[in-house]
Amino acid sequence: MRFDINEIRGLFPVLHQEVHGRPLIYFDNAATTQKPIGVIEALTNYYELDNSNIHRGAHTLADRATRYYEATRDAVRDFIKAKESAEIIFTKGTTESINLVAKTFGKKFIGKDDEILISTMEHHSNIVPWQMLCEEKGANLKVIPISDEGEIIWEEFENLLSPRTKLVSIVHASNALGTINPVEKMIEAAHAVGAKVLLDGAQSTSHLEIDVQGLDCDFLVFSAHKLYGPTGLGVLYGKRELLEAMPPFLGGGEMIKEVTFEKTTYNEIPFKFEAGTPNIADVIAFKEALAFINSLGKSQIKKHEDELLAYANELTKDIKGFIPVGTASNKVSVLSFTINGMHPFDVGQMLDARGIAVRTGHHCTQPLMQRFGIEGTVRASFAVYNTKTEIENLAEGIAKIARIKNK
Amino acid sequence: MSSITGIQDEIVSEFDILGDDRESTIFYIMELGGNLPDFPAAEQKDENLIKGCQSKVWLIANEENGKVRYLADSNTDITKGLISLLIRVLDNRTPEEILSADLNFIERIGMGNLIGSQRSNGLAAMIKQMKLYALAFQTKLNA
Repeated sequence: MRFDINEIRGLFPVLHQEVHGRPLIYFDNAATTQKPIGVIEALTNYYELDNSNIHRGAHTLADRATRYYEATRDAVRDFIKAKESAEIIFTKGTTESINLVAKTFGKKFIGKDDEILISTMEHHSNIVPWQMLCEEKGANLKVIPISDEGEIIWEEFENLLSPRTKLVSIVHASNALGTINPVEKMIEAAHAVGAKVLLDGAQSTSHLEIDVQGLDCDFLVFSAHKLYGPTGLGVLYGKRELLEAMPPFLGGGEMIKEVTFEKTTYNEIPFKFEAGTPNIADVIAFKEALAFINSLGKSQIKKHEDELLAYANELTKDIKGFIPVGTASNKVSVLSFTINGMHPFDVGQMLDARGIAVRTGHHCTQPLMQRFGIEGTVRASFAVYNTKTEIENLAEGIAKIARIKNK
Repeated sequence: MSSITGIQDEIVSEFDILGDDRESTIFYIMELGGNLPDFPAAEQKDENLIKGCQSKVWLIANEENGKVRYLADSNTDITKGLISLLIRVLDNRTPEEILSADLNFIERIGMGNLIGSQRSNGLAAMIKQMKLYALAFQTKLNA
């Protein structure tokens, strides 16, 4: 599909509405993206035509639902260039994917005095599960410092790596700053000391080409709803040998091979990690979200989003009182900022009065906010369907708000 | 000084002038926050924080000649504006007046829709705390 912004916007019903008498400008894409009509129709179609529990059903509907469900697994495999579909596990979201690794990989492979390495810019969901694990195992959590621009300080990272490092769990693109981390280099360095690497792709998968085999990451986690797909669905990619070596996460139906009261043997991957009836409808609909992204291609999407970010930077840089937070040279389309003398929540509410949806606060990255000595930021995050006119409107709003305290 | 009802009517007519212009209305609430009297820095302590507010709101109260005097502050301007409205209505009244006050101006100016649910909950918490102070002084004065 060629890149026609009006055609793209036409695929997203939710965008065509007014908020407080003004056209909705949706800039909260890092929190969740809107859904194209294909995803919405796939959800409806599933419930109208195919609803059935998957696997082991002898009837036609069960067979159809199973095929569609597994077709999404194949589509995810292709989307991240995994070797095989069995390496794709469906979860509730990024948070659950990370917790799954902490509870299973962590249970088996992390011991006393081992070290887990994360960065200052991690989301709470990539901090707390490791803290819990470290507490349980007597392991240590180490944090890679970042620069004032919001970039990992490479020397510090290298210094922290040691044979004690068992896992590096790192965000690919920061949700609060937009920084794209040099993960390829980081994975190589981590592997050199024998550590495994989990990549938090929640904010990168919608913008950047992902090739898990090329990157050689051991785990990749992300959420469907930040990828134009449904909420309540996430992915855990893991290398086969690791997934096979890991104990199961939840016990129940689907994940077993054979159950007696004496002993249970577990199913093969990926089913070993998908206990219970999964989120069938959302998995099936997610395939349409991937199809939408593939129809445009990440390079076209990234180019458009880069243009929007550059334009936003250009229009805001001279506004008196405007303070950008996170100025890394390599970023996804996130404009995080504060306004001198104003609380981010107030700024967010005033932008909302103009029909502009942004996120305010700590963005579930409190340690990162502490690093910058702030309580929170205002975050405008751009997606494929946003326009330059919308950016102009945002900049106009910011300028008007900033003037209140910065005359 | 006008009655509680009279002051609420005044506030409602001020907001009426702003009409449906949401942006101007929010700017106006922020401006009102600027009129709050200075809050003693020493009182910006955790025990004076109102629970249930997303932003920080400090509230203290004293009794003067049988009337309750409030002082408040917040770390956000919109919240300061909201509490300034409450103080305008409830400050320098007897505990009985405060406890029996029906704060209908909030609904009449459509504040819920204007500030959203998070801040509405905070506003309700502020009112509750102001009334709790009034109740405490009433008990003390009648003792």
